[in-house]
Amino acid sequence: MTATFPQLLQQHARQRPQAPALREKEFGIWQTWSWQRALDDTRHMALGLASLGFGAGQNLAVVGDNRPLLYLMFVSVQSLGGVPVPMYQDAVAAEMAFVLRETEAHFAFAEDQEQVDKLLELRAGEGDAAVPGLAHIIYDDPRGLRNYRDAGLISVQDLMALGRQFEQQHPDYFEQQIARVKPGDTAIILYTSGTTSRPKGVCQTHQAYIAAAEGGVAVDKLSGADNVLSYLPPAWAGDFLFSVAQWLVAGFTINCPESAETVAIDMREIGPTYYFAPPRVFEGMLTSVSIRMEDAAPIKQWMHRKFMEVARRVGADVLVGKPVALGDRLSYGLGNLLVYGPLKNAMGLSRIRVAYTAGAAIGPDLFRFFRSIGVNLKQLYGQTETCAYVCLQKDGQVKLDTVGQAAPGVELKIADGGEVLVRSHSLLTEYYKRPEATAEVLDAEGFFHTGDAGVIDADGHLRIIDRAKDVGRLTGGAMFAPNYIENKLKFFPQIKEAVCFGDGRDRVCAFLNIDFDAVGNWAERKGLPYAGYVDLAGKPDVLTMMQECVEKVNAELAGEEGMQDTQIARFLVLHKELDPDDDELTRTRKVRRGFVAEKYAVLIDALYAGRAEQFIETAVKFEDGRAGAVSATLRMLDAKRFAAVRKAA
Amino acid sequence: MNDAVIAPETAAAVAGLAGAAAPNDARKIGEVILDVKNISLRFGGVKALTDISFNVREHEIRAIIGPNGAGKSSMLNCINGVYTPSEGSITFRGRTFSHMNSRQVAEMGVARTFQNLALFKGMSVLDNIMSGRNLKIRSNIFQQALRIGPAEREEIAHREFVEHIIDFLEIQAHRKTPVGQLPYGLQKRVDLGRALAMEPQVLLLDEPMAGMNVEEKQDMSRFILDVNDEFGTTIVLIEHDMGVVMDISDRVVVLDYGKKIGDGTPDEVRNNEDVIRAYLGAGH
Repeated sequence: MTATFPQLLQQHARQRPQAPALREKEFGIWQTWSWQRALDDTRHMALGLASLGFGAGQNLAVVGDNRPLLYLMFVSVQSLGGVPVPMYQDAVAAEMAFVLRETEAHFAFAEDQEQVDKLLELRAGEGDAAVPGLAHIIYDDPRGLRNYRDAGLISVQDLMALGRQFEQQHPDYFEQQIARVKPGDTAIILYTSGTTSRPKGVCQTHQAYIAAAEGGVAVDKLSGADNVLSYLPPAWAGDFLFSVAQWLVAGFTINCPESAETVAIDMREIGPTYYFAPPRVFEGMLTSVSIRMEDAAPIKQWMHRKFMEVARRVGADVLVGKPVALGDRLSYGLGNLLVYGPLKNAMGLSRIRVAYTAGAAIGPDLFRFFRSIGVNLKQLYGQTETCAYVCLQKDGQVKLDTVGQAAPGVELKIADGGEVLVRSHSLLTEYYKRPEATAEVLDAEGFFHTGDAGVIDADGHLRIIDRAKDVGRLTGGAMFAPNYIENKLKFFPQIKEAVCFGDGRDRVCAFLNIDFDAVGNWAERKGLPYAGYVDLAGKPDVLTMMQECVEKVNAELAGEEGMQDTQIARFLVLHKELDPDDDELTRTRKVRRGFVAEKYAVLIDALYAGRAEQFIETAVKFEDGRAGAVSATLRMLDAKRFAAVRKAA
Repeated sequence: MNDAVIAPETAAAVAGLAGAAAPNDARKIGEVILDVKNISLRFGGVKALTDISFNVREHEIRAIIGPNGAGKSSMLNCINGVYTPSEGSITFRGRTFSHMNSRQVAEMGVARTFQNLALFKGMSVLDNIMSGRNLKIRSNIFQQALRIGPAEREEIAHREFVEHIIDFLEIQAHRKTPVGQLPYGLQKRVDLGRALAMEPQVLLLDEPMAGMNVEEKQDMSRFILDVNDEFGTTIVLIEHDMGVVMDISDRVVVLDYGKKIGDGTPDEVRNNEDVIRAYLGAGH
């Protein structure tokens, strides 16, 4: 039976009022919200909003880190028939202004002073950036805000106090309002970062997200006993699925970290049973393990090496319960005691039952590493427009290069051009105020056009190759899938970002970004002095290392049918990190290909002209909003290409 | 056994820290809290300070500036009770002293941080800040060692206070890290945290921003302003970075060769001929 999110919250509070709903670490201690308290706070915030004039049909902008009251604010707004609009907490003012204006939000919820300052600045701003309609700003953390006297600024505690007053005059108002909300009403508007154009607001209903959540809960048998760490941006469709929709459907406990810097420590303390992270987070874990292993005592290093060999050989089979020889089973057991167990504990993964990764391709070595030490890591596939719910890998059916089979209730189809089409109950109703954009992605039969190119294999598993619009051709006629090559490059821990060019050209060239942590550590180990990012990225030794990586990728491509011609001919290492603040990446860290090509056109020309080096000056925005410039003379290198390897017939 | 081991003011302070204190008036500059009169300090034949007088008002941020060797740290050490001035008197909250020791000063509510960090490098951030609670702890070493009822309750109350400081200074991620492993800017923050743990009425900061990069300086400035703002703590600080001093202080004292050459608001001091000469040379 479909319901709405506020109804689900009421239901949990009725059935198990004292069970933990949310936790947050504050002042060194995990504070718990029971389901009853969660409902009470939601009620009081909702009634406080109502007393300020908020009601059905209005939108409320939300910006901040993962905090219990922020999540409960979502439900408060929904209780009144309003729609919460989460924004990325690191969004720059212009992006926020766009969302606030398009949604005509008169109310906003901000986590702390930093966000309040941004909102006040926008409200007072002039011209294009102004958002004068923002009448009420509610904040969670009062730190530093005590002397603010701006109109309409109110702390969430005061809001709840208003709510309690309102409750005395209107005791049944909250319940009455909840009863009027229908499952088909919009529950949330999530703005997609948009790799090409201005952001679009994806409208999702209660029933769409609840259907997506129910599917995931059924496949992975999630229950009220599970624990989740909520640390991903609340403006992201995946976090709304895990930290709100599945939370309210399954009734597990969500845990909010103390601060963004303490996530790793909090993760160890909570030991989540269900976990979601983009590949880069898993990559970070593996990198920190590798770095610490290199500093460990020789005996530990030896043990680690020895038992990781065993894990590589049989770990994945042990995980899915396949038969394994007795000797191997014993060594794996011993390894678990001495190495895998402590490792998992150090990463906070001891209690993991199900872990997911999505958002980008995951490296084969990385994926195998986690599965071999007994972490049930799986992949899923979805978009904001599909409630992050299209395909997921079921236990025992995990393949490295696919994203799994269609999830329950989802219909998959590959269009003639190779584009993946999806039909399910969890599709967007529309892009907010953008009927023409909606018509572009939703066809007459009700299929959503994902924009991804993919194939479905014999077992019904979907394999994503690239963004459909990015797939191009070299002048020689070979298919050019830039993401495919870039992902291979990014699987090296030393390479943080890569951008390949080749569509309509005779060969493939690439830009690389070093991973400052990994390469910096490597340089320290080698005793190679460097002054900073620009200097390190230009070191001859670093370039040689990058060249080796590129050539390894070329060797791999040479062995793949249809990919031999897309080996990388030339490359350079960029002097600055590609950054969302400079519009080179989206907020979810996807490369804005067209923008990068335009901004660095000089470099691309130099690469294809065969020049050995090129001077470039680039404007950069610092985190505090100041602008500056970095310049460098970049060296361009040729990479060895390999003859196509024909597999024996 | 005395049951009321938790000083009532501790509980009140915790409540104050948690509940964002009394609104509004915390930052209103009040009466003179610290009055330095005709202080001179001699080390043998060397005159470090000559006839210095100035006062500090409640809730203000007061800076002491001057070129190297001007006597700034010596002045702070006199207030702090580390040096005993050869002449002159210091009046704190209406009580006048010609000499006192540093423990007395600490008990009266004056805390300080150090130019060259004086933290316990091998101890965690938490323990370092906890050590600032030393004067507030009532139970004795045996009660603490055996964790007898009140000692444990007391420790919990102090820990709660320290946790609020950790939250305030945003060092939660380093709670259990040995201080020696932290970067310099964070160590300075821990030093500040330990001084705050004393719940001082007056906080003496000896070059809180020495050796920091621009970003660290901005952070530290914000913390100093926040301490002053949220807790109403009176702050006396020595600083080299003129930009920082002019931005955050209410009034500035300028010393040169152990003599006072200027005193007033940042604007007054900036336009003071003697000050300009001391900093830029006589040819100006």
